[in-house]
Amino acid sequence: MAKSSKSKPRENPQLRLKELGQDLAQQIQKGKNPEMEFGLRSLSNVVYDTKSRTLNLGSKTQTRSFFNVGHAKKFLQTVEMAKVSKTLLDVEKHASLRDVFYMAKRTIPNSTINIVDEQAESDSAIEDMELITGFSREQLNINANKMGSVAGEVTIEDAGDTINWARLGSGGWSIPSNVESIEFNSVKAKYIIYMEKQAVWERLHEDKFWKKQNCIIVTSQGQTTRGIRRLLGRMSEEFKLPIYVLADNDPWGYYIYSVLKFGSISLAHMTSSLAVPQAKFLGVTTKDIEEYGLKKHLITFKDVDNTRLKQIMDYDWFKNNKPWQKEFTAMKRNGAKVEIQSLSSRGITFISDTYLPEKIKRQDFLD
Amino acid sequence: MADEPIALELAKHQKEISVAEFFTKNRHLLGFDNKRKALLMTVKEAVDNSIDACEEARVLPEISVEIIEVGEFRYRVIIEDNGPGIVKKQIPNIFARLLYGSKFHTLKQARGQQGIGISAAVLYSQLTTGKPAKITSRISPKHPAHYYELKIDTHKNMPEIIKDDEVQWKKDHGTKIEIDLEADYMKGRQSVDEYLKQTAVVNPHVTIVYTNPKAEQVIFPRVTDQLPVESKPIKPHPYGIELGMLLTMLKFTQTRTLSGFLQEEFSRVGTGTAKEICDNAGLSPGIKPHDVTRDHAEKLLKGIQNTKIIAPPTDCLSPITDKELEKGLRKEIAAEFYVTTSRSPEVYRGNPFVIEVGIAYGGEIPKDQGITILRFANRVPLLYQEGACAMTDAITETSWKPYGLEQRGNSIPVGPAVIVVHMASAWVPFTSESKEAIAHYQEIIKEIKLALQECGRQLGMYVRRKSRASQQMERMNMFERYIPEIADSIAFLAGEKKEKVEEGLRKMLVKPEVQSEVIADSNDSDSKLYKMDFGKKGEEEERQEQQEE
Repeated sequence: MAKSSKSKPRENPQLRLKELGQDLAQQIQKGKNPEMEFGLRSLSNVVYDTKSRTLNLGSKTQTRSFFNVGHAKKFLQTVEMAKVSKTLLDVEKHASLRDVFYMAKRTIPNSTINIVDEQAESDSAIEDMELITGFSREQLNINANKMGSVAGEVTIEDAGDTINWARLGSGGWSIPSNVESIEFNSVKAKYIIYMEKQAVWERLHEDKFWKKQNCIIVTSQGQTTRGIRRLLGRMSEEFKLPIYVLADNDPWGYYIYSVLKFGSISLAHMTSSLAVPQAKFLGVTTKDIEEYGLKKHLITFKDVDNTRLKQIMDYDWFKNNKPWQKEFTAMKRNGAKVEIQSLSSRGITFISDTYLPEKIKRQDFLD
Repeated sequence: MADEPIALELAKHQKEISVAEFFTKNRHLLGFDNKRKALLMTVKEAVDNSIDACEEARVLPEISVEIIEVGEFRYRVIIEDNGPGIVKKQIPNIFARLLYGSKFHTLKQARGQQGIGISAAVLYSQLTTGKPAKITSRISPKHPAHYYELKIDTHKNMPEIIKDDEVQWKKDHGTKIEIDLEADYMKGRQSVDEYLKQTAVVNPHVTIVYTNPKAEQVIFPRVTDQLPVESKPIKPHPYGIELGMLLTMLKFTQTRTLSGFLQEEFSRVGTGTAKEICDNAGLSPGIKPHDVTRDHAEKLLKGIQNTKIIAPPTDCLSPITDKELEKGLRKEIAAEFYVTTSRSPEVYRGNPFVIEVGIAYGGEIPKDQGITILRFANRVPLLYQEGACAMTDAITETSWKPYGLEQRGNSIPVGPAVIVVHMASAWVPFTSESKEAIAHYQEIIKEIKLALQECGRQLGMYVRRKSRASQQMERMNMFERYIPEIADSIAFLAGEKKEKVEEGLRKMLVKPEVQSEVIADSNDSDSKLYKMDFGKKGEEEERQEQQEE
């Protein structure tokens, strides 16, 4: 059986992939249904470590075998991803998740079956490969798409170039998916604000908020990419910068914070490098709705919102957190959400002139 | 002139119209509405008569139908049977006199009922071509074959004999009719071809040799030597009688008392029941039937309704039977699954009847369209007025989804199926004289639905079995298709030969644990059946596929 073995660290992902192939080939020669065993990626196998305050993968494993009606397609996709990764490693090239999807997307001869139909399938197979091989996606030469911007008083070295995040015009520096090789030359900023919305980042950038407040502003569109999580993690660790999260006041906004701080369920196997336990939730909180007069901008919950809120309330890492439970209960009572942008109703620069400075001055965060 | 009442003037133009004259002007009432239908009706009447005659004589019917195009919209229809033949003096009456026949006065399950059919065809021929009908008939080798050329005197409704001859004929017994008529021949629904094919479905004991106007010959061979059970004539049951009919019967009866009338002319009425009816009607059992007035007759009807009378005998019925119906379906419809049922006799308005249903599914039957409904009354196909028929309504009101057919609301279900509905009865309630649709009696619709459900359950089981089997085929195919891909990836990773890995995986396909993956729901008792049914079929299909590749 091809077992994942996190205990035995391997230096070479190519070698590990070869071993995987040989193991499967041997099983087949012995007439055994080829199997791969690896950690189970599901909520039931995610353990919240109260000490480190992060999510970690439990000890449950899953077995994926080929001659199994429910597994066959995933088995096919997983070995296909292994092949793609080894090809990339062999020629020392990197490819994006999208590239890899297209590399695998083809029709099996004499049929109408595609190896993968949607990128979600290849993405999931790659995450499985991480568990099986014990190497991260980046180490398997597969990167995410660049999807994020940063600005602030920081100078870095990346691929031989010196870059000043304060001098990059209106777009800021776009964060690569692999930030491991970046070196920080100077970091003058005192804290980092990470926000869910690109539009809000543009607002703050235009107002030169980072300059006035001497901070760093970071965004990615929607869910935080691995590259940004690593970047925030590294700056938090290496420069002890506090990190504040600015997201919509809704269950999905809370979850963006949750993933950044504790790690995610689907990537629990990578938590040690991806979680940023120091992150704090700045807003928008339910209390802010009251304090900043956002009540008339409440958007009533749909069923999915209620369901999601219930799920989040019950997560182990929130269950015994009183301030958060209070927050959830307040939201539940409201039965409605507000967006960050609703602050603009108080004036276009209200967020950078008043809201953020006040909140930070008061140290008004949820942790 | 002004003093003379207008009625007197009008009376000069008023005279009796003979049945034949009436028909001349109202030919649509008997189904001769258009050229195409006229051809069908002519063939239908002749064939129905031929089969009836053969069965009565207990002869396995062999019928030849030939249609020749003799001019534009002009056809000659020649129909010949091996029946008992007709005695000489009756030939003109049977073929050239409307409403003359042996079947009208008895209550008995037969194809023709009113005795109007074949003579109507002769009349139509005469009206459209001016030609006489040519009849040849012989009753035994000892007797000569008689040849007649006949027309109908439409004023008197009497035969007009054009020619009367004795001829040489190769047949020992049988009848042959040759009619020229204005007509139009087309294939498809409601065609002669379709009519004969459907006749073959419900008459597996009949051989029909058919030559169409394009000189193509089709043989519908007999697949059973079993003649239908002889149906016995019965007297009407009191519950089925209507006022007009009752008055006619009272007028013509030979009996002397009302009690005697009831016992003699009806089934299931004895002395006791007759007395009870009279008591309930408030009439004396001793009065003469001829003295019963219209008012009395109405009382009598009420009396009948208020009296408990046992159901009529059912030996007058001759169902096809489920086995014979299946034989008929199998020979005429190329399907993969057949189910038939023959219900026990039931009664509507004092008339006994039997409902039989058959379903053919799959095979060459087209998939993505409404199912084909074949309706029959006393083994005769009903080709017209499908939408007005109780049989169609019973089908659309049945829910077919659980039985493996698609259906939207109460519409005709969609799927590869042919549904046969047959009603056998001494008195089939048609909606009109052209006998094309069954009337909506609740008792009849209920029986049809029960029969449909009975067959539907079997069909549903089959369809489910089949879909499971095709699922298994898919699963097997899935593994087979994936193997080269997986072998390629693993070989690449391991640095081995692809062929070796592929061979290893292929070997495993026959292993029991892989088979158990393919046959996921094998604990189902049905599954054993389909494994045998479809295992072989699957192999064949695969072989074909490989050849194609």
